[in-house]
Amino acid sequence: MPTPPSKSAAGKSSQQGFVYLPLIAGWLVPGAGHFLVGKRVRGALISISIVCMFALGLGMHGKLYSSAGDILDLLGLLGDLGNGLLFFIGRIAGLGADPVQFTTADYGTKFIVVAGLLNVISAVDAHNLRTGRKES
Amino acid sequence: MIQPSHFTAVLLFALFASTVFGITMRDTPRRMFRYGVYCFSLFVGSAIVISWVMFLIAR
Repeated sequence: MPTPPSKSAAGKSSQQGFVYLPLIAGWLVPGAGHFLVGKRVRGALISISIVCMFALGLGMHGKLYSSAGDILDLLGLLGDLGNGLLFFIGRIAGLGADPVQFTTADYGTKFIVVAGLLNVISAVDAHNLRTGRKES
Repeated sequence: MIQPSHFTAVLLFALFASTVFGITMRDTPRRMFRYGVYCFSLFVGSAIVISWVMFLIAR
C-alpha cells in the first residue's frame, strides 16, 4: 500500500541547496535572510528597524562590548555579536569605544544589544521560512 | 550626539522591537500588523505604568 505524501516529503523540493544560507546571511546583514527567501518587504522592514536601532545606539554614544571580563560583559558581547557585520564594522571604525558617561549612552548600549538580539530572531525566522517550518 | 528624552527612547525602542516581533511571530501581514501594534502598546503602556508606580513609591 503506497504511503500518502508526508509534509516533509512535500517540502523536500524547497530544501534543496544550502538551507543555512538565509540564517547566516540574515545574521551578517540584517534582513538579507528574508530577501533570500523572497520576502522583500519583510526584509526591508527588518533591515530598517535593526540598522536604525544600531545607528541610534551608536548616535547616543552607546558602548560596543569588546571583552568578556565578567558575566555581564560576556552577555553584552553576545548580544552585540548578533548584529553581524554591523558590529565588526563598528569595531573596526573605532565606534562605541568610549566609556558610558551619560544616561543616554546607557540607553544606546541597550539599543545596540537589543538590535543584535532582534537580528538573531530575524535570522532564525528566515531559516524557518527556508526549511518550511514557517509556512509564510 | 543624539540625546532623546526617556520617553522618546521608549517610543523608538518599542517601534523597532514591535516591527521585528510582528514580522517574526505571525504568518500573515494582517496578523503581523495587529501583533506589532499589540506589542507596541504593551511596551509603551507598561513603561508608563511602571513609571507611575516608581513615582508613587518614591514619594
